[in-house]
Amino acid sequence: MPVFYGHQIDSALMLGTAQYPSPAVLAQAFRQSGAGIATVSLRREGGEGQAFHALIRDLGVAVLPNTAGCHSVREAVTTAQMAREFFDTPWIKLEVIGDHDTLQPDVVGLIEAARILTDDGFQVFPYCTEDLSVCARLLDAGCRVLMPWGAPIGSGRGLNNPYGLRSLRAHFPDVALVVDAGIGLPSHAAAAMEMGYDAVLLNTAVAKAGDPVAMARAMALAIQAGQLARSADPIEARDMAAPSTPLFGKAVLE
Amino acid sequence: MTRITILGAGVMGLAIASELAARGLSPRIIDPAGPPGPHGCSWWAGGMLAPWCEEESAEPTVVRLGSDAANWWESMGAHVHHGGTLVLALSRDHAELDRFARLTREHRGLDGDAIAGLEPELQGRFRRGLFFETESHLDPRQALTAMADGLAAQGIGIETGGTPSGLTIDARGLAARDALPDLRGVRGEMLAVRCPEVRLTRTIRLLHPRIPLYVVPRGDGIYMLGATMLESGAKTRVTARAAIEMLSSAYALHPAFAEAEILELGADARPAFPDNLPRLRRRGDTLFANGLYRHGYLLAPAVARMAADHVLTGQIPEIMDEHHP
Repeated sequence: MPVFYGHQIDSALMLGTAQYPSPAVLAQAFRQSGAGIATVSLRREGGEGQAFHALIRDLGVAVLPNTAGCHSVREAVTTAQMAREFFDTPWIKLEVIGDHDTLQPDVVGLIEAARILTDDGFQVFPYCTEDLSVCARLLDAGCRVLMPWGAPIGSGRGLNNPYGLRSLRAHFPDVALVVDAGIGLPSHAAAAMEMGYDAVLLNTAVAKAGDPVAMARAMALAIQAGQLARSADPIEARDMAAPSTPLFGKAVLE
Repeated sequence: MTRITILGAGVMGLAIASELAARGLSPRIIDPAGPPGPHGCSWWAGGMLAPWCEEESAEPTVVRLGSDAANWWESMGAHVHHGGTLVLALSRDHAELDRFARLTREHRGLDGDAIAGLEPELQGRFRRGLFFETESHLDPRQALTAMADGLAAQGIGIETGGTPSGLTIDARGLAARDALPDLRGVRGEMLAVRCPEVRLTRTIRLLHPRIPLYVVPRGDGIYMLGATMLESGAKTRVTARAAIEMLSSAYALHPAFAEAEILELGADARPAFPDNLPRLRRRGDTLFANGLYRHGYLLAPAVARMAADHVLTGQIPEIMDEHHP
């Protein structure tokens, strides 16, 4: 199970709290998913979302506030500070958005904001790309968790660059890695876990499914399957067919 | 005769008063803010009577309870416009249209020509859409005023003070949080614009993964654009972000909206329970009617009927989750 900044979490699924049909459905989805961490946005609701934030606290899972919707270092840092005060946690999922349309992370701003926040005592979960040098810089800045995207936020496209994600895993075997964003199907989540990722963070795939509660359960099962597969040492793919039943001694049909 | 006092003269309070009056009762109405106006969240609503579209995110209960709303409103003197709802998406968001179609019923798919047939103004702008022919909309302010006038004609005024007597029906919306701790505010922001160049005749919903928009024609070239949904009870003014996003969506619907005159920017908080469904609660001599969420005009008739049934017959309606008379 994943360990983030010294805290072991009982589930490799991290679930976002936006866009559900209702808080009641959100709570049921959380129960079915067994998710260990809830991400929550502070920015749009401001300080007046107490009722909703109380519902999130009642889920009984660790809360990871995020800086969703921030487009500059300053905005992100200010939002992180508000979130720390509001949720009483040093954890922050750091998002600095570079492009309004693709919601692609601004990696330059991200590194800068990560450094400022780490120096200020935060434990930063940066939403980043799978670029090796960007990730190395984020580690230099003090991050102990990296959260590369699978695909753009909300796109449901899965793992756009499996090679890059695999290579990141191989380069940083001891860093907690989370695939964040882009997951649309349980198979995408399973694939991330099979690659050896520590956890998967998703939101839209569950919240906007026709039946969010059923999809939450499906994601939980897929993540378990992927984790189990990883620990079971899967075989390598190969070009040569390898029959699992011996041919020798079979009846000749011609 | 049963003495009844209704607290709150928003859509819920007035609908219950109207329903009781229609059944021969003469309730008192108390609202410190007086007759319906900008102080109440139902003033800022879209007024869509669109149960089928709402099914995209709402429980089936909403569809069932909302299906007769239009008839009720007409019987109370509201002008209901029966043009149906046209649901559209820009070509790159067609996946949103497919999802919407899967999650809803009572619609048919339209191609570009059929869309232009319904709304000539949209000629050449959209290739695909969904038409919910049986849906309708009303103008909330006209509907509220019609109810208040109808009640006044029967001698039922809106008092701004006084002590409740008899059975109290608490329909104060979000203000009832003092008694209903599981009630929360869901902030909504809207704009009203005048844009006579755009001639749309029915409610249009423009789907978008992040910034969905609906446009409700109010006549005389006036359109209501709405509405945001934020988990917040803040009643502060419209943010620049909300205005920018809704206006840019309207511009995507039709570029002539760029020249629209902005008449109003409005924001308020809708009262909602955790499952976003309405509730009746009976505690002693108080009956709470609340939690209409974004379905004020769609569900007020059904909730008003159930409240009246309870008052008159003691019946326990399906949406009553507490009953301690």
